[in-house]
Amino acid sequence: MPWFKKERHLLTDPRKVKFPEGLWVKCNNCRGIIYRKELVRSDKVCPKCDYHFPISVNERISMIADEGSFHEWNADLSPKDPLKFKDTMRYADRLVKNKEKTGYPDALVIGGAKMNCQPLALAILNFSFMAGSMGSVVGEKLTRGLERAKDEKIPFVLFSASGGARMQEGVLSLMQMAKTSAAVARFQSEKGLFISVLTDPTFGGVTASFAMLGDIIIAEPKSLIGFAGPRVIQQTIKTQLPKGFQRAEFLLEHGMIDMIVERKSMRDTLIQLLSFF
Amino acid sequence: MKEYLDFETPVMQIQEKIDQLKDLGKTNSRKLDEIPKLQKKMEELQREIYSKLSPWQITQLARHPRRPGTSDYIKLIFEDFVELHGDRLYGDDKSMITGLARLEGRSVIVIGHEKGKGVKDRIVHNFGMSHPEGYRKALRIMELAEKFNKPIITFVDTPGAYPGVQAEERGQSEAIAKNLWVMSQLSVPIIAVVIGEGGSGGALAISVADQMLMLEYSVYSVISPEGCAAILWDDPAKISEAAESLRLTAKDLLALGVIEDIIPEPLGGAHYDPKKMGELISKTICKKVSALELIPPEERVKQRYERLRKIGAYTEPASSPS
Ligand SMILES: [Zn+2]
Repeated sequence: MPWFKKERHLLTDPRKVKFPEGLWVKCNNCRGIIYRKELVRSDKVCPKCDYHFPISVNERISMIADEGSFHEWNADLSPKDPLKFKDTMRYADRLVKNKEKTGYPDALVIGGAKMNCQPLALAILNFSFMAGSMGSVVGEKLTRGLERAKDEKIPFVLFSASGGARMQEGVLSLMQMAKTSAAVARFQSEKGLFISVLTDPTFGGVTASFAMLGDIIIAEPKSLIGFAGPRVIQQTIKTQLPKGFQRAEFLLEHGMIDMIVERKSMRDTLIQLLSFF
Repeated sequence: MKEYLDFETPVMQIQEKIDQLKDLGKTNSRKLDEIPKLQKKMEELQREIYSKLSPWQITQLARHPRRPGTSDYIKLIFEDFVELHGDRLYGDDKSMITGLARLEGRSVIVIGHEKGKGVKDRIVHNFGMSHPEGYRKALRIMELAEKFNKPIITFVDTPGAYPGVQAEERGQSEAIAKNLWVMSQLSVPIIAVVIGEGGSGGALAISVADQMLMLEYSVYSVISPEGCAAILWDDPAKISEAAESLRLTAKDLLALGVIEDIIPEPLGGAHYDPKKMGELISKTICKKVSALELIPPEERVKQRYERLRKIGAYTEPASSPS
């Protein structure tokens, strides 16, 4: 889906959001320069503007789950190249490169975990792997995870960060939106509780399917969240975008999410929320 | 707006000649004798051109300015139609047509994207690109179908959901996601027919179905070839390559297991004979609705889930521990 175009522009390109290397780090939101060590101490939250930088899957698990409680499901499920897709690089090569870079075969890590000794299914989209895009593997793992959480009658907590559907799998990735939404529908119809946490950035085929279907939807501060990417919108309407457009605060104001939660209180908030059900 | 495509030009030239002869024939009837020969030549040429269309040419046909749209098929296929308006929340999105219709005597619900015809009309219909209220209108009508147990027929023809500030403010992604959720759970038969362009999430939002069909020269894709070329190749000139790579034609989708059937088009495409196209669609959907109606509702929902469940390509070690 055409969320983003590849021109160099002042607007944040959600596909390029990353935790930068080096001693000094530039904030993706306020553009302030931060001392790297300070950023690491603050759970990768900008001390100037409260922007929450992307964090790794392992960092997320250790922040959310009881220590040592996470065990991965379907870890070996791996992508294929069903269309034999080739753009500037073969998709098959891109997959190898991303596996080497991240240590994972695809962009979703999912498993059973405990929070304050209570079991739950915990899923995390890994933005480092092809911008967290959803192809067949993400769709299948998520669907299996939702089916398992339904059978085990445990809540489902998901952290999203994604550029949307994975173009290299063509219509198969588009159909994962329908597949995962159908799995969410089944899970919720059996009174399964689904908490969706949106982190920076979450777009396209991921927001337009499971990520916006949470019974409760949470976002990290300043996260960029939307359907179409800001660049595509600006090219379409040809005027300035409103200030704070598509940030978590903007979504809260427009009634699209339940709350914004700081990274440091995310675990406690989730525990508190689950205690009501 | 140019009314025919580059690869249609040779055919159009013969057509123009035939029209001229018909004109001359009014005063000199011998001019008419040449027409059958030219007509045969035109058909042969058309057959040849259309037998080797590239995916990009098929995409252009799918977007042809003269291609029949939802409003045309509503007139051609159904015996009666009453349009219903509005999402009861914000507005009435004219890029989405919804209403009550009669198909072979039975009442059905019809939902479809409408791109509009001609410049002014296209603007009114926003070129078939819906805002959230379009998807929410569709959702409201689908819930009506569920309440009164009416089959749903959808016609898919959109470049995609509209990318705009207001669309985002009013929850474009939530509107699409909700439709996917609800359509997967509806107990009534759902048939989706891709009649032109099936553009990403905006197309999917009305195409979760028991049976998904495509017209021969329609396309259905995760992203437009233009968007794909700009993002992945960083080169807008690579449209043709992108169209090829995306595997977006009806034949591709059938091979990938995403659709159930292809409805063949008249020679030259649906716009050469809309009436014939309407008949072909009508015949197919009548048969499909009748077959779907025989399945118990719960079983239908189950089968719809299994249908989606199968889609995807991945590998997994034989004894994968979890
Ligand atoms: Zn900052």
